[in-house]
Amino acid sequence: MGDEPLPHAHEPNDELDTLLLRAADGDRDAFAGVYDALAQPVTGLACRILRDSGQAQEVTQDVMIEVWRTADRFRPDLGSAKAWVLTLAHRRAVDRVRSVQASKDREVRAGMLSPDRDFDQVAETVEGLDERRRVHRCLAALARLQRVPLVLAYYQGMTCAEVARSLSTPEGTVKSRMRKGLDQLRACLEAGS
Amino acid sequence: MTSPADPHLDAAAYVLHALPPAEEAAFENHLAGCEACRGDVAGFRRTVTLLASAETAPVPEQLRASVMAQVSRTPQDRARRTSPPRGRFLGRYGLRLALAASVVAAAALGAVAVRQHSEAEDARARAVQAQEQARTAGEAFADVLTAPDATVHTEELTDGTSAAVVVSRQQARAVFTARDLPALPGDKVYELWYAAEAGGLRPAGLLDSTGDRASRVLEGPLGDAVAVGITVEPAGGSDQPTTEPLGIIPIGA
Repeated sequence: MGDEPLPHAHEPNDELDTLLLRAADGDRDAFAGVYDALAQPVTGLACRILRDSGQAQEVTQDVMIEVWRTADRFRPDLGSAKAWVLTLAHRRAVDRVRSVQASKDREVRAGMLSPDRDFDQVAETVEGLDERRRVHRCLAALARLQRVPLVLAYYQGMTCAEVARSLSTPEGTVKSRMRKGLDQLRACLEAGS
Repeated sequence: MTSPADPHLDAAAYVLHALPPAEEAAFENHLAGCEACRGDVAGFRRTVTLLASAETAPVPEQLRASVMAQVSRTPQDRARRTSPPRGRFLGRYGLRLALAASVVAAAALGAVAVRQHSEAEDARARAVQAQEQARTAGEAFADVLTAPDATVHTEELTDGTSAAVVVSRQQARAVFTARDLPALPGDKVYELWYAAEAGGLRPAGLLDSTGDRASRVLEGPLGDAVAVGITVEPAGGSDQPTTEPLGIIPIGA
């Protein structure tokens, strides 16, 4: 079925799921546990997208308050607490980067900042951490055609249309490359190699 | 190209938050009726979560203190989980009226029994797939759909959308699904209700418009509910309906 949980995707989160469910019932200590487990990944993701640690911390604060406020929308049957929180964080960071910069700006910047170079820098900084290294190795294993649209959208918050324009590629093609990229990334991560 | 030819293609872009708002809303509507897409979204989301967790950055201790201070004075949106149903009446009369309206609509359709039958078949076929996708679709969801005593109740909502409720009395749970439910503005949300015979309505969860499907396991125990209702409420949901129901779906006793 190909539905095996990804390595590291579920087990460590069971406890976190429980904490978030308790937070949804108004338990602040449980919420503090959620904060402690996820503040760093949330800030890291926001920082990656916004390239500004001050703004990233503001996003973290907003996201964490949103997590507290809307915790009872978390559905453990649809995914892990970590996935839920990081989805909110990604959403916020992307909205912010889109509102802060005119899209044109961002495309120019994206054009100058090669997504590959950017990605290699990150790969170096996470050396020594197996899980992250695997993610970056799998990203590196993608063909450039698939990797670039994925990185521009996910880490730079660009829409499909913006990616399409900055790569001079039809939007439909961009979407199918994103899809293929994620499929291949998943296969690589599941292979656990 | 500005118009997406094939919405199935959008699942990856959706998970990457790369669709503009209009396309995102359209895709969320499409998701309600596309089980394969829901599976794609769940799978992509797990992969993307790993991408996200490859990033980490130090956080100053003072941020924690500031968040915790803010938390201590921020009320939670608690549409369902812990708030007891206060002022819970749409009113027996209102419920009857809504029920009567649905019955009239059903009668007007004439062929409704046939259609319901085929939709029930369709739902069963989907239930079999759901069983196979138990992990991605969510276990509670699949459990209800595949329960031996599951019954399917369909109804057309006032806007023409077709909705269905699958009920398992054994599991004391129900699943709501709707196809092509129109997207709502950001400050509105669809809320579901359990209706008791006496006319009391209990909040049964929100159809999260920022979520990835227009189907969900209803919140809270099925209890003695005889119908499931759906209304449009302000974001965060309400403790009692504030608008006329879009529909009330009788689910037997």
